[in-house]
Amino acid sequence: MTLTLQDARELVGNTLLRIVPDADLDALPDDAPFRDELELDSLDFLSFVELLSTGSGRRIDEDDYPRLRTMSDCIGFLST
Amino acid sequence: MPSLGADMDEGTVIEWLVKPGDTVHKGDPVAVVDTDKAAIEVETFAGGTIDQILVPVGERVQVGTPLATINGTGPTPQPAPAPQRPATPAPVPARPAQGLPSEIQGGPPEFPVGNPPAQRAAPPATVTSVDRLKASPYARKLAHSLDVDLTAVPATGQRGMVTAEDVRRFAANPPRPSTQPSTKEPTTTPAPRHVVQQGSPRAAIARLMTRSTQEIPHYYLSTTVDLGTAIAWLSRTNRELPVAERLVPAALLLKATALAAQRHPELNGYWTEDAFRPADQVHLGVAISLRGGGLVAPALHDVASLPVHDVMARLRDLVERARAGRLRRAEMTEATITITNLGDQGVESVHGIIYPPQVALVGAGRIVERPWAVDGLLGVRPCLTLTLAADHRATDGFTGGRFLATVDRLLQTPEEL
Repeated sequence: MTLTLQDARELVGNTLLRIVPDADLDALPDDAPFRDELELDSLDFLSFVELLSTGSGRRIDEDDYPRLRTMSDCIGFLST
Repeated sequence: MPSLGADMDEGTVIEWLVKPGDTVHKGDPVAVVDTDKAAIEVETFAGGTIDQILVPVGERVQVGTPLATINGTGPTPQPAPAPQRPATPAPVPARPAQGLPSEIQGGPPEFPVGNPPAQRAAPPATVTSVDRLKASPYARKLAHSLDVDLTAVPATGQRGMVTAEDVRRFAANPPRPSTQPSTKEPTTTPAPRHVVQQGSPRAAIARLMTRSTQEIPHYYLSTTVDLGTAIAWLSRTNRELPVAERLVPAALLLKATALAAQRHPELNGYWTEDAFRPADQVHLGVAISLRGGGLVAPALHDVASLPVHDVMARLRDLVERARAGRLRRAEMTEATITITNLGDQGVESVHGIIYPPQVALVGAGRIVERPWAVDGLLGVRPCLTLTLAADHRATDGFTGGRFLATVDRLLQTPEEL
């Protein structure tokens, strides 16, 4: 399933907020690696992938992880 | 008020999970206690009917103070004593209403809590800092899952804190504007960001770590582990698994550490009263950083006996609950050896400070690709710097070295973990 750019952005944002409830996403540039910015550890990132996969109905393999580093990455990944 | 850690002198009840008249069984969670470091569920050590709540929400009391009375077989006051061996019936203080802390003893050995005046906590003044979080961690989580705006919830907790009960009440019966006459004005200013339990968790860590470095003669060892086989195995395994069940390297590391601790029992247990007391099982403390600051190291119980997939599931559950402020008493008090994994923060090695009264702390850094010689050939392998900080009173470097070598060897056969 492919998402529109807007839906993809919303899904990624909401997913990040589930994991870091008080994250200031407005202050997060699209090209910033959010694992560093939001201090996600490997378990957080796993939850992120899990929620993203459920929310988009799309299978995400470990090999895809490098394509999920920034907001732009994620939007690109989910909308293609 | 039970002691929920070697560094705890006092605690605050932030939520009662029961009310007078409720029937409880031994082991049921009855209250949530704020220890300055985290909110912990406290369970009862006796079954029966809740008779009287002696310590109201928001009141800060000394360890040892009875929290509630329970009518069980006869009127048995329920003191929620400091860690007590589960088999031992709760001792019966003569008068539960007396506020004097009783002597803490028995159960998993604790450092004597709060005896030397020099080590006492800072006066409670620090705790009444106006900058404190305005909601308990559990209330925050609950608010999120119920889609409740925390800032709109009337607070009834101490110092204007929103409790989980407030959130539930609000969610069940959201008031129309201006129809909420009795409770406090809903505050319209948003809860302050990045101000999470300011001051006191730091002070608690400071006390414990100061005590550790003053009392424990540490020695440190370090080794580099080739994780090539382990990472390849993880990658193959995870390909077959749904995201929710995938493993991270930390799960392998935890299991290998627990097995190694089991094989080197001199490192697994407590140093109390000038002697080492080995533990029967490996309850692996896992250092978890809390968002907004703070650190807890709750225990995963009996990790050595768990399949690695269960270790993973329990680890995720533990981290999630630690950050939501829902740890259990046993998790806070029963770790027999601790592991800290700073790899996600990007550093390559960590030389830790032991959590007293434990005698060893294992440190793992970031997994980095390094040139590595295997069978006389140079290749690039994922490598991990593994360290051990150990109590020289309990063991010598020889033992510690064999322990690290065991962890290394176990990680070379991940399929057997």
